[in-house]
Formats: sequence, structure tokens, C-alpha cells
Amino acid sequence: MAEKTREQYLETKELLRRFFSRLELELRRILPQIIAILAAFLAGAIVLLLTGYSPIEAYGALMRGAFGDAFGVGQTFTQATPIIFTALAFLFAFKSGLFNIGAEGQLLVGGFAAALVGISFDGLPSFVHVPMALLAGALAGGLWGFIPAILKAKLGAHEVITTMMLSYVAFYVTGYLVNYPYKAPGWVSQTPPIAPSAELPRILQPTQLSASILIAVILVGLTHYTLQKTTFGYEVRAIGLNPAAAESGGISITRGMILALVISGAMAGLGGAGEVMGVHRRFIEGFSPGYGWDGLAVALVGGLNPVGVLLAAVLFGALRSGGMVMTRVTGVPLDIVSILQALVILFVAAPMLIRYLLKRGGFKWLSS
Amino acid sequence: MVELLDVITVGLFTAALRMTTPIAFASLGGIFSERVGIINIGLEGMMLISAFAGVAATYFSGNPWLGVLAAVLVGGLLGLFHALLTVKFVGNQIVSGTGINIFALGFTAYMSQVLWGSRGASESVQGLEVVSIPLLKDIPIIGDIIGTHTPLVYLMLIITVLSYVVLFKTPIGLRIRAVGEHPAAADTAGIDVFKTKYLCVMVSGMLAGLGGAFLSLGHLSLFAWGMTGGRGFIAMAAMIFGNWMPFGAFGASFLFGFADALQMRLQALGLLPPQIILTIPYILTVAVLAGVVRKAIPPSNYKPYVKE
Repeated sequence: MAEKTREQYLETKELLRRFFSRLELELRRILPQIIAILAAFLAGAIVLLLTGYSPIEAYGALMRGAFGDAFGVGQTFTQATPIIFTALAFLFAFKSGLFNIGAEGQLLVGGFAAALVGISFDGLPSFVHVPMALLAGALAGGLWGFIPAILKAKLGAHEVITTMMLSYVAFYVTGYLVNYPYKAPGWVSQTPPIAPSAELPRILQPTQLSASILIAVILVGLTHYTLQKTTFGYEVRAIGLNPAAAESGGISITRGMILALVISGAMAGLGGAGEVMGVHRRFIEGFSPGYGWDGLAVALVGGLNPVGVLLAAVLFGALRSGGMVMTRVTGVPLDIVSILQALVILFVAAPMLIRYLLKRGGFKWLSS
Repeated sequence: MVELLDVITVGLFTAALRMTTPIAFASLGGIFSERVGIINIGLEGMMLISAFAGVAATYFSGNPWLGVLAAVLVGGLLGLFHALLTVKFVGNQIVSGTGINIFALGFTAYMSQVLWGSRGASESVQGLEVVSIPLLKDIPIIGDIIGTHTPLVYLMLIITVLSYVVLFKTPIGLRIRAVGEHPAAADTAGIDVFKTKYLCVMVSGMLAGLGGAFLSLGHLSLFAWGMTGGRGFIAMAAMIFGNWMPFGAFGASFLFGFADALQMRLQALGLLPPQIILTIPYILTVAVLAGVVRKAIPPSNYKPYVKE
């Protein structure tokens, strides 16, 4: 009997040991990201102090706004939703070695296309209308990704510049459409509301959280599966890691790049459709406060892996939802959120900087 | 159609040269950076923060030239930062540049609210005065186009020539290009690769800073949210179109500056909705990039240099 207890004890101990060593390993892996986030908040605190605000009050209000009550949490997830889409968009293109910094524009055209389908049909059953509008969003976003993709693959035009330029074009073209041909009567630059049959259901009233987040989570799984378990995903990653080797291995770089960027754009477009169909129920000019850029930051902070994206998106969603509360309560300009976001990106850009800072700061044991 | 033709006037070319200035400054900045193997996608953000710094310094000092100085210093600092991140800490160049761009947009909007209580625009400040070049201004047509401008326009023309001379006619230029093309060989030849990279990326930031100063102090006399409007990216396209050569970059910048001036004229005419006209420079940029590349071979080896 004693023998058995001892055996059980040893077994448990071994399990715990393994658990903690695994935990340590995982923590060490994401440590640079965590430190980058902390460093960004620290630097942001300095900006707040220098401009006469209390970082404790500002961050306190931000956290309370984002997580303080059920409504705040709901809004945090609402804000995280489009960011998951744009982060996956950045990630997918990045895996093939392309920088899609135009997710903002792809999101806008996707949102507009969905709104167009939403207002153009009436009396369709939801199970037809909703997928149609989503598909329109994905197609429009995909088209917006296809242009830089084909220019890159066939002509070598640098996608960083073209995706950015097309973002401006998307901004102005949707701006034109919503101010002229599709403007609803009234002062606001917005389309008429979409038909109820095209609406994505709200799943956590009274917050604006919609079923779009479910699509986002499914897309996270799909992205992970595609990249890790399919031949196409393998090809995409091979092109990203070493295009020359991939090509001599019989992979078509042209095809892989084009598809990756089209899928990337389609994901951002789907995110825009989700916003229009779930949150606003119409296309409103300027509805995106910069979800495209959030996505870029989130993809990087999430360690360029789909599951990490999910976690990081919640953090950035919290910055957006809590940020609004912070601005209302403390008067700190909302743009501090963009500053924090940029600082995170800059710190994540150079993991060696973090290691260097840790060493200098006497945290040598952490920096190995 | 008659109205459209009426747009093509001497004044349009004068405006084109004006709008060429910020793009050309940034484009030259791009060349200095890329010639040592560092992509500077952060030109946009460097211009924007410099535009802000220029107005802020002018606002407090009352002297726009101190504003220009502040803009150049801030640009140089950001360049140094980009170089530190990408050279010393071997960070990803595109990610670092994008970080700088997002930082610029957020920081200037934040500070604009702190200083002036408005996110959209600053208070007006004393801008740079225009000067007329004697004799030059009296030549018909040409005098109208290049005879009277703010001094930064002339500085841009001078720096274009100077950049060419420095990069291609001096030993310093040879060293710069060697560092970009073959860092290991340059190192063996006794050139301080890292120092050269730092200096050139700082120069890149300073030139972008001049571009930013022109936008805010030479053009509008105030800071407005996101006032660079993608000109940093357009400048990169001009650099590529100009084959990483100063005169080429200037020529390409003029094309984009012309599109910008045309866009403004067309808006004033009100024939088309402004949103449609505003897309012209961006579509032109994409078209130009699509048209020239393949032929455009970057002059540098962009891999981070690690000393053996």
C-alpha cells in the first residue's frame, strides 16, 4: 500500500516537473514579446508623464474600461475581432515572404462590398444573404490583394509600396462611394442600413460583439491547419523561408505568392464585412480606427503564429476599448494607443535589443 | 475639355516644382539609406514627425528657420534610431520602418492635442518666406516656374546635385557604395562599415526631415494630421524609378510632384468628386512601379552585415 502511494507520488512529481519545464520553455519563447509589451507601456508612461498625465490613472482607467465589467470585456472582444482578421492577413502573406501592409484598405473594400450586397437585396433568407455578403467582402479584399500580388509576381513591384498605395486608393474610393452614389440621406457619410437578413447576430447584448468573432476564431484554426498540415501551406512557408530552394524543389513561386496575398487580402476583407454586418449594420466612412495596423502589430506580437494572434488580439482589442474609456475619464488623447502599438512593434522588431536591455538592466539570467 | 486644358498653365509647373520638393528630399534620403543596404520604409514617418517638430519649434520660437533645424535634427535622430535597430540589433528593416510610421502618426496626433487641443491641425505659425532669384526670375516662363520659391526648394535642387557629386565623384561616395554592395570587402579595405551605415541612415532621416519641414513650414504654415499623405512611400517609388540615382530620383519626384499639383488644380475646378481626384498620385505610383521594375536592380546587399 505504501509502495503504491510512493509510486503515485513519484508519478505526480514527474508530471509536475514536466509541466513546469514545459511552461518555462513556453514562457522563455514568448518572453521577448512580453518584455516588448512591458517596455512599450513603460515608454508610453514616460510620454504620458512628460505631457502632464498620470500614467497610473491613464493605464488604470484603460484596464478598468477593458476588463472592469462584463460590458467592457464584451467591447474588448468586439474590438479584437477585426484585428484577428487583419493579423491573420498580415501573417499569411508574411509566411510567403511578403509584407502586406495594406490590410487597412483591403478591410475597407471588403466592408463596402458586404454593405453593397447587404443593401441591394431584400427578402432573401439569412442563410443565403449572410454568406453572400461575407463572400462579397472576401472577394473584394482578395481582389485588393490580387493587384499587388500580380504586380509583384509578374513585374517585381515592391509590395510594401503598392499595398500601401492601394490602401489610400481604397480609402478614397470607398469615401467617394459612401459620399455620392450610396450615401444615405442625412449629414453622416454612411450607406443606408443593410437588410436585416444580411446582419450577423449580436451574441452578447448589450455589447456590439457579433458572430463575426466566431468566424475569426474558425479562421485562426483554418489558417493554422492550412499552414501546418497542407501541401499548399508547406509551399507558402517554403517560399517565405527560401524562395530559391523552393523553386528548385518544384514549387511555383509566382503561384504561391499570388495565392498567399489574395488569401491575405480576402481575410482582411472578411474582417471588414464582419464589422459592417455585425457591428455597424452599414458602411460608415472612417469606421476603422486603424485595424489594419493593429493587425500588423498583433501578428508580430503573437509571434507570427495563429494562436498567438488570438491572445495578442485580445490585448490590442483591450487597448482600443479601454482606450476610449481612458480618454473619456482622464482626457488623455486616444492616440496614446497608437503610440503604444508602435512601440510594441519597434521592440518586437529587434529581439536583440530586448536581450541587450535585459543584460544592461541586470537581468542576465532572463536574457539567455 | 476646354476646362481641362486650361489647367495646364505655367502656374501648374510652378506648383509641380513645389510639390516635387518634399518627395525629392525624401527620395534622396531613400537613396542614401539604400546605398548602404538599409531599406528605409520609415521615410513617411520621419517626414511626418519632422513636419510636426518644425511647426512646434516655430510655434515656440517664432522663427521658422529654427523649425527647419528642429525638423532636420528630429529626422536625423529617427534615422539613427532606425539604424540602431536594424544594424546594431539586426532587426527587420521593414518592421522597424513600419513601426516608425505608426509611431509618427500616433505621436504627432497625440502631441497636437497636447499642444493645440486639436487632433486635426495645429495653430498657424510663421511659415518660410519666398525668395526671388534675381535675373532668373526675369526669364520668361522658366523664371515664372523656378524664379520665386521658398529657399527649401532651391536647397532641394542643390542637394540633388550635391548628392550626385558626393555619391559618385568623391572617395566618400565610393566608400558608401562599397559598404552597400559588398560590406565584407569594404570592411577588409579598412572602411568602418557600421559607422558608414549609421551616418548614411542618419542623413536619410535628415533629408526626410527637410521634406517634412517643407510640407509644414514651406507649404501650409501649420501641421495637419497625416499631412505627408503617403509621400514617403511615393518617394521610395521615385527612388526605384530613378534607379537609385539622385538625378533620376529628382526626375521621378517631379513626375509625382506634377501629379500632386494637377490633383490640387483639378480639385479646385470641381469637375470630379475630390475623392476620385485624390487617388491620382497613388494610382500613378502603382502604375510607375509596375512599369519600371524588373529593370530596376537595387544597388545594395540588404542582408544585415555581421562582422566575422
